[in-house]
Amino acid sequence: MIRLEKRPQPSRPWVFATPVLAVLLTMLFGGLLFAALGQNPFETIRTIFFDPLFSEFAWFYRPQLLIKGAPLVLIAMGLSFGFRAGIWNIGAEGQYIVGAICGAAVGLAFYPMESFIIFPLMVVAGALGGFAWAMIPGFLRVRFGTNEILVSLMLVYVAEQLLASMALGALRNPDGMGFPGSRNLAQYDSASSWISQSAGMHWGVVAALIAVIVAYIALSRHIFGFNVKLSGQSPRAARFAGVNPARLVLVCMGISGVLAGLAGLFEIAGPAGQVSIDFNVGYGFTAIIVAFLGRLHPVGILLAGGLMALTYIGGEIAQSNLGLPLAAIQLLQGMLLFFLLAVDVLTNFRVQFGRKEVAS
Amino acid sequence: MTEPLLRLSGLTKAYPGVVANKDVSFDIGYGEVHALLGENGAGKSTLVKTIYGLVKPDAGSMTLEGQPFAPQEPRIARASGIAMVFQHFSLFDAMNVAENIALGMENPPPQAEIAARVRQVSDQYGLPLDPDRIVGELSAGERQRVEIIRCLLQDPKLLIMDEPTSVLTPQEVQILFETLRKLSSEGTAILYISHKLEEIRALCENATVLRLGQVVGTCDPRETSARDMAELMVGTKLHVPEKAPRPVGDVILALKGLSAPAPHRFGTPLRDINLEVRKGEVLGIGGVAGNGQDELVAALSGELRTKRAMVRFQDKDIGHLPPNARRKAGLLAAPEERMGHAAAPDMSLTENAILTATTREGLAKKGFLQWGKARTFAEGVIKAFDVRTPGPQNAARSLSGGNLQKFVIGREIMQRPDVLVVNQPTWGVDASAAAAIRQALLDLAANGSAVIVISQDLDELMEISDRFAALNEGRLSSPRAATGLTVEEIGLMLGGAHDMEVAHVDA
Repeated sequence: MIRLEKRPQPSRPWVFATPVLAVLLTMLFGGLLFAALGQNPFETIRTIFFDPLFSEFAWFYRPQLLIKGAPLVLIAMGLSFGFRAGIWNIGAEGQYIVGAICGAAVGLAFYPMESFIIFPLMVVAGALGGFAWAMIPGFLRVRFGTNEILVSLMLVYVAEQLLASMALGALRNPDGMGFPGSRNLAQYDSASSWISQSAGMHWGVVAALIAVIVAYIALSRHIFGFNVKLSGQSPRAARFAGVNPARLVLVCMGISGVLAGLAGLFEIAGPAGQVSIDFNVGYGFTAIIVAFLGRLHPVGILLAGGLMALTYIGGEIAQSNLGLPLAAIQLLQGMLLFFLLAVDVLTNFRVQFGRKEVAS
Repeated sequence: MTEPLLRLSGLTKAYPGVVANKDVSFDIGYGEVHALLGENGAGKSTLVKTIYGLVKPDAGSMTLEGQPFAPQEPRIARASGIAMVFQHFSLFDAMNVAENIALGMENPPPQAEIAARVRQVSDQYGLPLDPDRIVGELSAGERQRVEIIRCLLQDPKLLIMDEPTSVLTPQEVQILFETLRKLSSEGTAILYISHKLEEIRALCENATVLRLGQVVGTCDPRETSARDMAELMVGTKLHVPEKAPRPVGDVILALKGLSAPAPHRFGTPLRDINLEVRKGEVLGIGGVAGNGQDELVAALSGELRTKRAMVRFQDKDIGHLPPNARRKAGLLAAPEERMGHAAAPDMSLTENAILTATTREGLAKKGFLQWGKARTFAEGVIKAFDVRTPGPQNAARSLSGGNLQKFVIGREIMQRPDVLVVNQPTWGVDASAAAAIRQALLDLAANGSAVIVISQDLDELMEISDRFAALNEGRLSSPRAATGLTVEEIGLMLGGAHDMEVAHVDA
């Protein structure tokens, strides 16, 4: 019989080992899944996890990794503060959309003027847009005790409608022959977030790296990070330590809103280019998986963001080269989160095989 | 009787890293009131869990009424006539008494029948209890009655009681003892676990003393002094705190009409509390749990804000200030619940030092944590207060209750407070650690700080406090000098016996 026995304290080695184990289990069971679908499991796993990095076409896929990974890391980084403190902002997707709309609107307002000041103004507008959208659930929770999970999630659908209305109305390209969608910001030099399009480098990649560094310092060296951790682990002790719970909710929602809004702005001013109905592709939701896959730790999130980007791109290759259905790829990503949560138990418990109540 | 009710022979149980019970043997006769004594971690809990079927021993055996007895789970133990009242009640606040009792039964009869039996048993044993009342509204003593009646409904042969008096007033303790004596006279054996040696001397006929999992002695508590029993438990001479006479200074903390609504549904509102505390004195506040202790500590620590003028500290109104501003001024507190309130269980001791000591010890510079300084401070606490742990990097939850309590109290004392408020400083702490904590509080007062000790342990309060006040339903009695107070007077200050009557032993 298998028994779980609580460890006196969380095991350090397992904190690091569980994500690796989860990835290996995902490969194993993903392989079985693909075999059941009639594919060669080894080839499929290789296509998804290794081809984007090491195949002969890797020069094409590697920049894609940066483009996919940057918004995931940026959003997940912001979410990780709230998640550590037990504040569940599930609506980063909405904040991402509103940040993108606000930033794009500023850029489009200046068109066709060229000035170095335009892009910084767009960044500020994007951050403020995401911040304002996140403050709605934050304020409602603090003031009226509403559930931020529901409110922030529902606001995603509001943001999607807002996006559609902008793409069809206020921000539509006047020279676009009536087609929906705005002018292309990526082709408007003063508003473009590209640094080097061929290398996949845009300002969002830079922002993601800065966010990782700042978050790392805040969490390990600053009293704010300490209070965030404390609030998540023992809310009563946090209040005793002098943390104001309402302020913490607003600050954490604010951070995640700002970073999600920035991610939206960098995306719309670069890889996506224009305000369109189908601008958002679910980065805000995938970032939740990235945050947990990375153990809510900055470095972990960086690695997890890279891994998720890999499965996205690898999944696309598998779809086009091997004819795998999209659902199979999504199942694989779901498996990753599932195994991560499942093996997480090993950090706090040790497994005992055999006899009941084993003596040492 | 030649054959005992329950015989334990050579019970041994080891957990990874510790031997909880080693070759424990003793007998409990029919109708015997048997005390099980020992410090925290001596193996008392493991032993009673073995009897109750929660733990399977590695070696050794038990016989019940001459038959081999090896319960696989509590259900079987209960069916064989073993009942247990735990230290922590397992009751649902939102349900009524009869519903709570029905929840513990295998095949509960209809509510009306349970209610009738509850009335009958409570009458018979002098434990009045209305089966229709909501548990959330009951006092701790009444909740314990629910647990006891739940056990009595099974007609047990052996009733195990784990620290039953920690939540009772002296009058309630007397009533409980009458009930237990009546049960014993009817042939029910009682295994009574307690730290309170005077109680054991008043109630029990036999005592088995455990230390580090082994039986180190047996005695007849009626003929052994409390001090001898304590030294048997601890294994060394027990250090009794010394209360040196000391000058009492000016008023440093004053509560003026302190009132606050209950912070949650089952909390207690504070009602018009007036109090003056002077430098160099130890003020003891007694009272049964749930009478506003947590709320009073919160109002002093700053977790619960009140009107400015309700709390006056060093001639400044501070009722509106948050915790860290009060710490900066010199008013420190240590709440009752160690795990999750005074300390974060999953965090290291260094991080737990940061929890309250950041402001006064300068553990953060412009918001950036000084980890080295924090570690040094935590090490200082560990050393000065003899906290048994490999080091400050260990998680708080890996410490035993007594050691964590020493750390929590030490953390506040090392910050040299002007006023220190402690709630239940020695709850669940072994005798030697409790003595060390009390001595530290007395030393602090001797150095001119004021100390407010809130406790349910009246012996403790009488031992260390200069003045004594009682908290009852959120009201504080006016303080009286502690010397010369009789147990009866204290009991009346605490609000008497909460509608209980002594069991009709002749019934």
